[in-house]
Formats: sequence, C-alpha cells, structure tokens
Amino acid sequence: MMFLLRREWLLSWRRRSELINPLVFNLMVVALFPLGITPDPDELAVLAPGILWVAALLATLLSLDLMFRYDHQDGSLEQVATSGTPLAALILAKILNHWLFTGLALTLMSPLLGLMLNLPISLMPLTLLVLALGTLVFSTIGAIGAALVAGLRRSGLLLSLLVIPLYIPVLILGTGSINAALAGVSFVAPLSALAALACMALALAPWVAAAALQLSIND
Amino acid sequence: MSSSARQNHNDPVLRARDLICERDDRLLFRDLQLTLTDGSALRIAGRNGTGKTTLMRGLVGLNILLEGSIDWRQTDASPWLYVGHRPGISAHLTVLENLRFLARLRGLDPDQAALRQALAAVDLQAFDDSPGQQLSAGQQRRVLLAMLYLPGLPDCWVLDEPFTALDKQGVLALEHHLGAHCAKGGSLLFSTHHEPTVFDYATVTLGEHMTEGAT
Repeated sequence: MMFLLRREWLLSWRRRSELINPLVFNLMVVALFPLGITPDPDELAVLAPGILWVAALLATLLSLDLMFRYDHQDGSLEQVATSGTPLAALILAKILNHWLFTGLALTLMSPLLGLMLNLPISLMPLTLLVLALGTLVFSTIGAIGAALVAGLRRSGLLLSLLVIPLYIPVLILGTGSINAALAGVSFVAPLSALAALACMALALAPWVAAAALQLSIND
Repeated sequence: MSSSARQNHNDPVLRARDLICERDDRLLFRDLQLTLTDGSALRIAGRNGTGKTTLMRGLVGLNILLEGSIDWRQTDASPWLYVGHRPGISAHLTVLENLRFLARLRGLDPDQAALRQALAAVDLQAFDDSPGQQLSAGQQRRVLLAMLYLPGLPDCWVLDEPFTALDKQGVLALEHHLGAHCAKGGSLLFSTHHEPTVFDYATVTLGEHMTEGAT
C-alpha cells in the first residue's frame, strides 16, 4: 500500500503545474463574486459559506478527470489489474493523494478566501474542518465517476453530470454547518452527518470504483 | 515456486475449453481449446483482427467478451505475468522507478542491483534515470520486458506481441531468454507474427473458424 501512495505522490509532485489549475480557479471565482454581487461586507458574510463551497466543488470537478487518465492511456492500469495487487488499493491511494493535492489545498486556502468574503474569524476552524471532510467526500465519490469514464475521450461533461448530483448532499451539509454557526445555533447535526458520509464513502468507494475501472480497462 | 504449485505439478498451468468470442456481431473464434503445461510454449498466430489480443486479454481477465471455461492452476499469487500492447510506463517516472513499481505490484522487492541487472539485460543501463516520456516506443517496451529478467516472477508468462518495436538484436536476446525460461520449467503463451527459431513451441492459428461461423 505504501509503495502505491509513494508513486501517486511522486507523480502528482512531478505534474504539479497541472494541479495548480483548480486552485487558481477557486481563487478567481471567490475573488469575482464580490465584484459581481455586492461589495457590502454584511451581505457578503451571509453569502460566504455558499460561495466557498460552490467554488471548491467546481474546482474539484476540474481536477477529477486526471485521476486515471494517464494510467489508462499508458497501460499502467492494465499492469495493476493483472498483477495480483487489488485495483481497490490503487484507487484508495489515488483518492488520498487527490485529496492531499486538491482537497487539502482548497481547504487551506479557505481562511484567506473567507477573510475576503468577511466571514467571521471565529468561524475559521469550523470552516477548515468542514471543508476538509467535504473535499474528502468529493475526492472519494469523484474517484467512482473518474473510474467510470476513464476509457472515454472528452468525458468532462459526462463526468460532471455523473458526479454533481452525488455532491449535492455534501454541499447542503457543508454550507448548513457553517450557516448554523453563523446564526449562532448548534452545528453538530450537519457536521456529524458530513463526517458519517466521509467515513462511508471512504470505506465503500474504492470497491465500487474498482468494479467501474475493471469495466473501463476491458476492451 | 510455491509449495502448493509443486504439489500438483502434473496439472497444466492453463486449461481453457470451448472458448467463444464474438465481437461487433462477428464471430472471432469458437470451440477453441488451449492447454499449456510446464516447460512448454504456445504461440497464438493469425492475421490482424482475428482475435489474438482479445484472446490473451480474456485469459488474464481483461476482456469479458471471452466466454468458455478458463482454469489456471491455483497458486498463492497471480499465476501469470502479462505483457500487453501498452507499455505500462509512466511518463513522469524514471525508468528505474517504473521498473521498481512493476515489480512491487507483483509482491517482489528487488534490490538496486537486481533492477540494474534487469535493465542491463535489455540494454537500458544508461537510461535508468531518464523519465519515461523521453524514451522511444521501443525503449518503453524494453522497460516492460526488463521485468522478465527480475527474480521471483510467476511461472507462466503471457506475452502479447513481445517482439514488436524491438530491433534485431533485441528480438534475438528475448528469444534466448524465453527459451531459457521454458527450459527452466516455466511456461509461455505468446502471440507474434514473427516465428522464433531459438526454442520450440506449438502454434494455434486463429481465424480458421471465421468463414464457417460468420453469418
């Protein structure tokens, strides 16, 4: 398992210029919102959780396509599938690595972006925690979608259509927790639901994605 | 070789019966029987598009269109080593990293010396630090074939067109290596248009059922 993670990490590090795109996209979307809607700090604070989440969701979508693309093209996936190492292990490594390079990076950007949107500083720890959990679910569910379309050309739109409906609960729970805290009520319920979602997705998705990938390799 | 493999040494490595494959409403082959025993080599021949690759991918579980009974001898790890058309070499990893990854996938942990020796066997010792993207098609192929020179591999090798993109010396060296593998009791299933001369093998030609089967 460790050698799979090491390989993914090394590959991502060497392709880091491609991985910066989603982060720049995230920054641009959040920076443009105040210009498009209102510069009024009080109104922005109300919109902030939603803007942060939608931007993170769309940025993740941009990055999913690359998860299996190279390995499918160059035949590495075939080698894994016929080697005796379970595909699910490779997928788990890819999910963790994707989260590290995209989800965690988006999460760490959020305090800065939150400040730009006048999100109260007292809410930053909660925002970080919720985004970390939410982006983990994004990476995990995204792996299933990416595995399904790995063999297809120009699959970007299809991938988005497959994955966005599954991201909606995360979006609702994520913005829900921050909004609840913003309104001064308990945010434990949406937060625990999100954490449960993350655990479930992480436990099941590698197997589902492995079955999908097996079909994608098959030709 | 594992102890369980030694116990039933008389069983064939692979016994496939009544294989049928239909693709895009075209019957590629049917009633195909294959048996592969220890120390033997079997060559799959046939013109382009007769289903050689489909057959080999089906045998190692990469193609669900292949129907029929396929029995591999039970072993602890994966019983075969598959080399397909695609090189399996990541553009952003060096030759050495790629080869080590291919080995680790199969539960092998060769040391630096074994890896370098394998690369030397395919004439790539000078390229160990080059990234995959700088290699030519033939060189990428050689990295994958370098895997065949590592110690501790499965006994059955399934090689789809192993001689493609290799130069004359490379082909000859590989033929000798495959011959040595069979002489040591390993088995070999390979497809090629070229007829190796260095070792003995049986040939199954695909495409003979097409006229009687197609409608």
